[in-house]
Amino acid sequence: MMKSLLPQSQLRRAAAAGRSSGGGAASGGADGAGSDGGAGGRAPAASTFWFLLHALCCLVSLFLGFRFSRLLFFLLFSTSELYSTSSSSSAVLRATTTTTTTTTTTTTTTNTFTLSFAATSNPPPSTLANHTALDSAAAGTSGHTQSHVVVGRHGIRIRPWPHPDPVEVMRAHRIMERVQEEQRRWYGVKEPRQVLVVTPTYSRAFQALHLTGLLHSLRNVPYPLTWIVVEAGGTTNATASLLARSGLTIVHIPFPDRMPHDWADRHATENRMRLHSLRVIRERKMDGVIVFADDSNVHSMELFDEVQKVQWMGAVSVGILAHTGAADQPRLSEEDKQNMPLPVQGPACNSSGQLAGWHTFNSLPFTGKTATVVGEAAPVLPRGLEWAGFVLNSRMLWKEAEGKPDWVKDLDAVGENGEEVENPLILLNDPSSVEPLGNCGKKVLLWWLRVEARADSKFPQGWVIEPPLEVVVPAKRTPWPETTAEHSSELLNTKQDQEDRRLSRTNRSSRSRSTTKRKGGVQGQEN
Amino acid sequence: MALALLRPRLMPSAVALALLLVACSGVARGQDTERIEGSAGDVLEDDPVGRLKVYVYELPTKYNKKMVAKDSRCLSHMFAAEIFMHRFLVSSAIRTLNPEEADWFYTPVYTTCDLTPWGHPLPFKSPRIMRSAIQFISSHWPYWNRTEGADHFFVVPHDFGACFHYQEEKAIERGILPLLRRATLVQTFGQKDHVCLKEGSINIPPYAPPQKMKTHLVPPETPRSIFVYFRGLFYDTANDPEGGYYARGARASVWENFKNNPLFDISTDHPPTYYEDMQRSIFCLCPLGWAPWSPRLVEAVVFGCIPVIIADDIVLPFADAIPWDEIGVFVAEDDVPKLDTILTSIPMEVILRKQRLLANPSMKQAMLFPQPAQPGDAFHQILNGLARKLPHDKGVHLNPGQKVLNWTQGPVGDLKPW
Repeated sequence: MMKSLLPQSQLRRAAAAGRSSGGGAASGGADGAGSDGGAGGRAPAASTFWFLLHALCCLVSLFLGFRFSRLLFFLLFSTSELYSTSSSSSAVLRATTTTTTTTTTTTTTTNTFTLSFAATSNPPPSTLANHTALDSAAAGTSGHTQSHVVVGRHGIRIRPWPHPDPVEVMRAHRIMERVQEEQRRWYGVKEPRQVLVVTPTYSRAFQALHLTGLLHSLRNVPYPLTWIVVEAGGTTNATASLLARSGLTIVHIPFPDRMPHDWADRHATENRMRLHSLRVIRERKMDGVIVFADDSNVHSMELFDEVQKVQWMGAVSVGILAHTGAADQPRLSEEDKQNMPLPVQGPACNSSGQLAGWHTFNSLPFTGKTATVVGEAAPVLPRGLEWAGFVLNSRMLWKEAEGKPDWVKDLDAVGENGEEVENPLILLNDPSSVEPLGNCGKKVLLWWLRVEARADSKFPQGWVIEPPLEVVVPAKRTPWPETTAEHSSELLNTKQDQEDRRLSRTNRSSRSRSTTKRKGGVQGQEN
Repeated sequence: MALALLRPRLMPSAVALALLLVACSGVARGQDTERIEGSAGDVLEDDPVGRLKVYVYELPTKYNKKMVAKDSRCLSHMFAAEIFMHRFLVSSAIRTLNPEEADWFYTPVYTTCDLTPWGHPLPFKSPRIMRSAIQFISSHWPYWNRTEGADHFFVVPHDFGACFHYQEEKAIERGILPLLRRATLVQTFGQKDHVCLKEGSINIPPYAPPQKMKTHLVPPETPRSIFVYFRGLFYDTANDPEGGYYARGARASVWENFKNNPLFDISTDHPPTYYEDMQRSIFCLCPLGWAPWSPRLVEAVVFGCIPVIIADDIVLPFADAIPWDEIGVFVAEDDVPKLDTILTSIPMEVILRKQRLLANPSMKQAMLFPQPAQPGDAFHQILNGLARKLPHDKGVHLNPGQKVLNWTQGPVGDLKPW
């Protein structure tokens, strides 16, 4: 009975397929096959018919991009009968399911969308038949409206160019930025305070290097910032122009004394410069968190997030980078190497998270080998506790501030008698009230480093080469001006040693290379 | 002179006003969360105590406790809501021991606890289990026959609810169990105009383990740097090797269209940082699978990731209490190839508002089944839903002798006793 009705169903199906998929050739073929096949009882004709049908379905599947099941032909015609009696339909279905391998459905349809050429997707008319079938089924259970979501095999919709569009990618990134900004606003610091960065500086060869680095770090700080630059030897145009190009709010303060060439004296002068800037902050009643950023130090962004948490005075962990800069490293015994403590200065806490003491840099392995003069090729070490590891609430310095604790000394009382202001703890009566920041000092938030050229090194004014160079200087030997005889001879000697050692190393290697090479005459100018 | 007198008096009030404004702005600048109001009003935080009374039938343990004892995986899979609902009701303040004053009757039968060795629940015996339970309550108490179940509710968290089958076509063919025709069903499945969603059902989220999710929380200031996130199958090669069947081809379409797109972090692996990654994403895809619902929605809401729901006509949990179109993004299955265009063209204020709504703690609480129960959680939302259906209308109580249900309706296999 089913077979006799086949050609009619095929004609209907073929017509529907033709309308929906727009593949006229396929439908024409189906038509032909249907009419040719016929409902004959002739066995060979039947088998060829099934073969042709199978081939046709394969072709159509290739064309459409998903499996076009033969079963559809049967089920489409039988949908009108299927739902009239529920039990018989299941019997019919079970008979037909044996022909296909995957689980089959009672209400399959084809939704022929997917493809590049399908400009508009006309819902295939087969779904109308389906709707009526489902309606009759649904009417049996409850009289509600028909869902337009169809159960069964659907095509996988792929657009012709499944690659990202650059405009959309940019939009997505902008969305992400905005969402992150909003997150910062909600969960980040509630009332971001101004950051007052105090930097002592002076004009020398490496000043531009250090200040440019610090400048870029400060430009990335997401909080309102004021950069207080104290310059030894008075303000210079070079420094002022460098600062002006930064785009930050600058307070450029001159300091009368010149910067000495000796590390110990330089340290003391820097301390006095910082104290001077604290006095300026107090005079101008600047409000915010004071961070001591030395120009050669390197700061992480988390430092500025962490210092927002300070109440009055906080301490952070500073990584100390004491680079040697000389060819000979300090000879450390194995024992020394093992006992070498971490090169970190910072607060040490007890188990309940309260300040218990200070962790300082161990300079014992370096005794006798540290640099005394600025620019000397020897490690430069911090002395005691560096100012860079402390942050203050500027209100602590004000004459009158609400809630100012009594363990803070008045600023006027500090450094008056010309005493050495070693570290900011001198500002307090009670050094135990310092707050440890950065997860109790576990996180190193900045690094302390001192790298300088010799005090008399020449560099172009403002780093502009004017007038243009006349003498072309070979890269290897930079003429150093003679200053004091001993220093220069020492340096020249060490330089000579370095050169010789380097040359001997390359000579050795080229000699070894030439001996290993069998091919004659290859004496490369390896240099 | 008058001015001089006025000024000092004005000053303190002016100062007070200024302080008040500053305080207000300070408060407003804090955590911006918006109140969530659905079509039923601002009901997420309602307390059901005092608004309804539930009587819990005492069924023999073979219907409940023995099943859990046989396989304790029932307590942690996504269908565990039925077990936890029973435990909650038994010790809750809305339980009454006097059935005459009860508004609702609860039958604790765990129909989703018959698990395969791999942990998947088999629905084949569930209709018989349910039928047997109803026969028990109708023979031991008069309350079922009084209303033929119209004031009874059942928790059926299976794939297609009370149709009791995991395959959609078979589930549609079976339809909702005829005996439950008048009862209220509390189920996870929801699709508009579908045979397996009865009018008046309460839709609930699937069970997701709240403790496990809480242990994977990261600090909220971790910046959200993933645009779209999804982890799961795209092709179910075991059951649907050719594709096109599983998820109606929508998941496969997501993969084919966006596997090369760096904005879409989609794959089938299951990384150990799955929960943490969701918290670092802005959008989380929640496409349908074999059934339209999934625990992904709960995870997305708890982790603050905007759910992108790709399931045509889906009905989401507590739809009358939670305005889902304001919280999630709905994408039609046909529009999946344009998903990137759709998501990047959502206006910024809309995205930020969705995030604010998701950040509301009552929203997150409403999706969870914590042990022990907490105010505003999913258990309370279910009770609120039941309370909103009160008072029962007059059709509920049948005249004595009136029978509406046909006890022999349904496939022959269901009529076998259990």
